[in-house]
Amino acid sequence: MIRVSDLRKSFAEVEAVAAVSFTAENGEITGLLGPNGAGKSTTLRMIASLLKADDGRILIDDVDIAKDPIEARRRIGVLSHASGLYPHLTARENIRYFAVLHGMSRPQTDRRCDELQSLLDMHDIMDRRAKGFSQGQRLKTALARALVHAPKNLILDEPTNGLDVMAVRALRELLSALRQSGHCILFSSHVMQEVAMLCDRVVVIAHGRVVAQGTIEELRAQSAEPNLEDAFVKLIGSAEGIN
Amino acid sequence: MRSIFLVFAKEFLENLRDRRTIMAALVFGPVLGPIMLAALLQISTSRGGDSLDEPMTLAVVGSQYAPQLMGLLESRDITIKPVELDEVQARRAVREREHATVLRVPEHFATRFANAAPAPLQLFVDASDRFGGFKEAERVRGVLERYGTELGQTRLLVRGVDPLLLAPIVVQPVDVSTPASRAALMLGILSYLVIFAMLMGGMYLAIDSTAGERERGSLEALLTMPLPRSYLIYGKILATSAYMLIAVSLTVAACTVTLQFIRLEEFGMSIALGPVSALLIVLFVSPLILFGASLMTVVASFTRSFREAQSYLGMVISVPTLPLAFIGVLGLTPTAWLYMVPSLSQHFLLTQVLRGETPSILNVLISASVSLTIGMILAWVAGRLYEREAILG
Repeated sequence: MIRVSDLRKSFAEVEAVAAVSFTAENGEITGLLGPNGAGKSTTLRMIASLLKADDGRILIDDVDIAKDPIEARRRIGVLSHASGLYPHLTARENIRYFAVLHGMSRPQTDRRCDELQSLLDMHDIMDRRAKGFSQGQRLKTALARALVHAPKNLILDEPTNGLDVMAVRALRELLSALRQSGHCILFSSHVMQEVAMLCDRVVVIAHGRVVAQGTIEELRAQSAEPNLEDAFVKLIGSAEGIN
Repeated sequence: MRSIFLVFAKEFLENLRDRRTIMAALVFGPVLGPIMLAALLQISTSRGGDSLDEPMTLAVVGSQYAPQLMGLLESRDITIKPVELDEVQARRAVREREHATVLRVPEHFATRFANAAPAPLQLFVDASDRFGGFKEAERVRGVLERYGTELGQTRLLVRGVDPLLLAPIVVQPVDVSTPASRAALMLGILSYLVIFAMLMGGMYLAIDSTAGERERGSLEALLTMPLPRSYLIYGKILATSAYMLIAVSLTVAACTVTLQFIRLEEFGMSIALGPVSALLIVLFVSPLILFGASLMTVVASFTRSFREAQSYLGMVISVPTLPLAFIGVLGLTPTAWLYMVPSLSQHFLLTQVLRGETPSILNVLISASVSLTIGMILAWVAGRLYEREAILG
């Protein structure tokens, strides 16, 4: 479970995140939806403890990220926006590196690699060097790397960017499976259909603020627009009106 | 601690597969070192070697006016080639390297010679042609002046004057240089080469593990690992250091082997580089490794891309090392405080070992402890840099 309250972050003069509060529950997929530059990535980076919040609180399964960032990191898997691999290492070696940094033993790591290999259908690339991997192959490897320590919470920043249809489908199936097994999944996107198709709950962010949150149905009701696209435009548009 | 080692192991193994790192660490120094040594030796021998016995040809204008003199020159292996040139033509002929040098005997030479008046000779030479015409002209001048001196002494004797009166002071230079000290330039270059190869060996890894990691986009994921960020960078610095140690060891080994085949004594030089001094060199230079690795990591951490890092590090490694090559020639005397300067102190220790001297324990300790301390401070600075958010770029 990820609980975020009153998160704030500024870069120099620019206020990237002004007031963000939400809760991402276990066994649910929570989507952060908003236009580019709304503050989604900054929020996720703070949750991943890559950036320090200026103000506010982040709890990962009741671990305060400001107080114990190392313990918090153990409990999350992060698929960051730029999830680069080490080109001279094979997919397996890339995954293994993160496993050992998580303190996993060799047999544990090997078993987990085999599991991930079947889960993500990586048989053909597992022992190939990452140099020259396709976008989809890179994503699979990065995802396996983020999942290697079997974290309860998974954070994905724009995971479908640049993926082909098949890869997106595979990712969607995987996330559904993880939800089924009780994981807490938080991901950001600026693609409405994707969020609508996948998410149990949606947090709409614009200009660094949460402008609406709830299930798809709730959002539809809130905006009084039967069409989802119109609903989002209205929600985000009204946010601009607030500023 | 374990995680530092894990990062080290991964960086070390990964870079074994990187062509650039391998070239820089395992090929650059060990191959270029001996080649540079051989090339240098070639230069110094072609300059220092004695060419006095080589036969040479001298263009002479008006050789018919001084047949005796020509005979003298011929007897010194200088072949006379009579030519017809006026003064302007002679100047041009030398300037355009048609002749290396031209000797002109004026018409009135014989008369003045017979009258015991100073008999003039003109020697045309291009002083900027240092290894060609100038050298030949010097040789001709030497022969002529020696002849002139002898002749003058004879003339004095004939007139009943002791020729020694003409030499009220005699300066005798006493050459105290040893074969090793004559090799000063070689020593400087060799020591520069060793230190440069060492830095070069770690350069690509320092870039790859910082700017490269960020450019590839793997840094963010790495920073979400449950360990202090400074541990990551310590592991990377250790891996860089390991490659630097390998590079320096191989370079010293390659130079040692090469020098066994070159008989430096024949060129009046000697460099003490056997297995023992090779080990000492690696030992004395290794405290500089941490300094170099941390410095390169810190600099590369500030850059935005691999390319940018490359150009900065190019400067970082040549600015402190290049002057080393010339210190021996400049004659900078090592004082205690100079042993506190990283890279300079290692240079002094290296040249001492190469000269066959034993450096004082105190200087070795000063050099090692100061370099290691600064190295550790720089490593700590690198660790701090990675705690900053700006490192994400």
